[in-house]
Amino acid sequence: MKKVILQRDGFFLFQDEVIPMKKYGIYFFILALSLTVLTGCSKGCKPDDIKVITIMTHDSFSISEGIIGIFEKENNVNVRFIKSGDAGAALNQAILSRENPLADIFYGVDNTFMSRALKAGIFVSYDSPLLSAVDDRFELDTEHSLLPVDYSDICLNYDKAWFKDRGIAPPESLEDLIKPEYKGLSVVENPATSSPGLGFLLATIGHFGSEHYLDYWKELRKNDVLVTDGWEDAYWGQFSAASEGVRPIVVSYASSPPAEVHFSQKPLDEAPTAAVTAPGTAFRQIEFAGILKGCKNPEIARKLIDFMLDKTFQEDIPLQMFVFPVNSKARLPEVFARHARLAEEPVKVSPEDIAQNREQWIEAWTINVLR
Amino acid sequence: MKTIKTRYSMIIAGVPLVFLAVFYFYPLIRIFNLSLISDGTWNLEGFGKLVSTPYYVRTLWFTTWQAAVSTVLTLIIALPGAYVFARYRFSGKNILQSFTAIPFVLPSVVVAAAFHALLGPRGILNTWLMNDFAFATPPIKLDHTIWFILMAHVFYNYTVVLRIVGSAWSRLQPSLTEAAHMLGASPWKTFRKITFPLLFPSISAASLLVFIFCFSSFGVILILGGPRYATIEVEIYRQAVHIFNLPMAAALSLIQICFTFVFMWVYTTLQRRASITLYPESRSATQKKPVGRRQKIIVWANILVMVIMLGSPLIALVIQSFRAPDGFSLVFYRAIFANRAQSIFYVPPVEAIAYSVGFAFAALVLSLIIGGCAATFIARGGKRITSILDPVFMLPLATSAVTLGFGYIIALDRPPLNLRTSMILIPLAHTLVAYPFVVRSILPALRSIPENLRESAAMLGASPFQAWMKVVMPIVRRSIVVGAVFAFTVSIGEFGATVFVARPQTPTMPLAIYRFLGQPGIMNYGQAMAMSTLLMLVTAAGFLFLERIRITSGGEF
Repeated sequence: MKKVILQRDGFFLFQDEVIPMKKYGIYFFILALSLTVLTGCSKGCKPDDIKVITIMTHDSFSISEGIIGIFEKENNVNVRFIKSGDAGAALNQAILSRENPLADIFYGVDNTFMSRALKAGIFVSYDSPLLSAVDDRFELDTEHSLLPVDYSDICLNYDKAWFKDRGIAPPESLEDLIKPEYKGLSVVENPATSSPGLGFLLATIGHFGSEHYLDYWKELRKNDVLVTDGWEDAYWGQFSAASEGVRPIVVSYASSPPAEVHFSQKPLDEAPTAAVTAPGTAFRQIEFAGILKGCKNPEIARKLIDFMLDKTFQEDIPLQMFVFPVNSKARLPEVFARHARLAEEPVKVSPEDIAQNREQWIEAWTINVLR
Repeated sequence: MKTIKTRYSMIIAGVPLVFLAVFYFYPLIRIFNLSLISDGTWNLEGFGKLVSTPYYVRTLWFTTWQAAVSTVLTLIIALPGAYVFARYRFSGKNILQSFTAIPFVLPSVVVAAAFHALLGPRGILNTWLMNDFAFATPPIKLDHTIWFILMAHVFYNYTVVLRIVGSAWSRLQPSLTEAAHMLGASPWKTFRKITFPLLFPSISAASLLVFIFCFSSFGVILILGGPRYATIEVEIYRQAVHIFNLPMAAALSLIQICFTFVFMWVYTTLQRRASITLYPESRSATQKKPVGRRQKIIVWANILVMVIMLGSPLIALVIQSFRAPDGFSLVFYRAIFANRAQSIFYVPPVEAIAYSVGFAFAALVLSLIIGGCAATFIARGGKRITSILDPVFMLPLATSAVTLGFGYIIALDRPPLNLRTSMILIPLAHTLVAYPFVVRSILPALRSIPENLRESAAMLGASPFQAWMKVVMPIVRRSIVVGAVFAFTVSIGEFGATVFVARPQTPTMPLAIYRFLGQPGIMNYGQAMAMSTLLMLVTAAGFLFLERIRITSGGEF
């Protein structure tokens, strides 16, 4: 290799005259790799001959591969999914794209977001024949723009071993949490940023009434309740049964204990956690699906809605999403039947009430509990 | 001659400007229009509420001061490290340097888990203190405090200062400081009068990146700080997603963008004044093995800081991925390779790695092209135009992901820009966040090249392209690699921007980690930790690969 030497003011600058071609090879490799990725995806996005039906949903949605395969085979279609963040973010994106919908079906509006979805008018109604197998109390939207698919109860969970080791009685009611012996034991989620957080706030509103719920929260704050922004941080960061945390009471779902058993490392006879399901302590969250206005395949979309309400799909729901199916004919899997509890009398707060007061309730809660 | 030059600089400026116009300004304008104009009239209620509500004023103040304090702390801790990396050669240096950048790619939930395992109430340190020093309650209480936020920001950003300042420092000739020594200046005085002014451009570039990064901090604030702390970014998310108050979210986003622009403008002006051209030194001449006790102590002390500050949380994570309820086990690693739940959304790790790495390299190439053009233009362009364009080029870094994501939904929905559900949108969104790092890495090096070097090349008969390849390229090559490493890192760890872009089934590793953490059960937690460990490994491998490119190409500075 020859060197060029530029000399000036006593500073020397060395530089290779010839840079061998093979040293550029690596750059070409990177370029080729990225081009492959870029062209690869443009190919992947082209529609095939088979019709594609798209479901837009939130990040927590899941279903078995085989179940979707059944529908695809029967109807000669491809089912595609678009996941768009948490339930709130996904719904907002569906609303923003109403002029030119991203999907045919939206799955995952719950009863706290229901009025927002209905007000935006992004769904067309569909009287599915399969609604006959669904209990009327789930059909909150009588127009059937939104059809119930699954439900679950937001409630307190506690670490069984923690209470047993210390000989303290586990909590049985919301009132227990403000007793002195429960000081510093609970962790709840922020209703402004988390859907179990909002569910629990609604449970307290339903239980104590909209005049008195803040008094309860003030007591709870005095009793050193910890607030986190999301379920992940509460459960994986603070809850003593699931993490290095030190708080044995957490706001989660009544179906979390079976998930602990199902996702345990070794087979368990008994869940390490338990849910508080006493009357007036839980909020029932119902999830809905609907056909988007202006979608490309309304006919197949209706078939898919029927499929989602039918036994096959409904029986697959529990172990995929850890929620309960709405179809009363659907049989629960064993781990669910054994370890899952339903809230006995969940509190009642209507979607209209939620829509009207949601912002005020959250605002008042924020001022009284956080600031 | 002049027209050729103008056309040339127009092309150079055109590349980043077109990119920004299409993928940044157009979607932003669309979403602002939708949010702020209803029935043909402007709805500026949000702005009034912003100024009149003490809460928002406090939020803005908190956002600014925590970012400033985080930046200063990062500088204090990382500058000695940059010195050691610039001046000394020691074994394991490359691996150590790669590992300092690993925090950058980890999702904040995972970092929170690592810190909890280490410093939480039942963490390693507190358990030890309680057992051996008879504390009744955990003595270290960091959870949901400002200290946790600051610590995490230093943890994430250490590498930014180390790399950008380190690469500039290694170009400085030791003869300058040696001369000062010889003339009787104390080490402190030498640093103050010689080294610091010469390093100022790169120190300020790194500080700016750290500041903007912390200014728009989201996950760290939410998870480590808890709900009592909120930055503007967090507040935008609450308004846009949970309350669906788009006018308020738009108002906050605009405030955030304006603030960033002002910071950037001040910085650009400072930077221009401080810019000094100098003849660069080759690395072999500036780096030596530590000799004598003092130098060895300096090197080892810095390595120790890195291992404790950055290494211990990472090690805690790796340990968690092997720790099953009944002791050491590979069960979590075996589990991520099997679709036990039969879910249609199961992500085989190989596929997640392939998507992550593929997107990262695509984003890397795009960022180098766009960032390279932007930096070249700024380094050579007229004063007036660059003082506006330089801040503009930085804006995407500090723009709320949710605002931009919603903008994409309504703006990119028709041919020729029907990209809403296209895979291409992912590397494009990553590039938007990554290329500012490339600009800031390359620019100080480009500015330091004396004009007469290029002129001499021209005089000796080199074409502009030849002069660029033979004179400019060797000098900035190391900075380009630094930029490339950042682009790769930003892309592989990016979660914020893409979560709001409607995603097809192209799961990346951070996404897979979040999926595991979405449901209860020890297997989910363990698999998330195992996937995080894989993410660290893949990232480190990527860095070592990029570093190799730099070592094998000859003639560099």
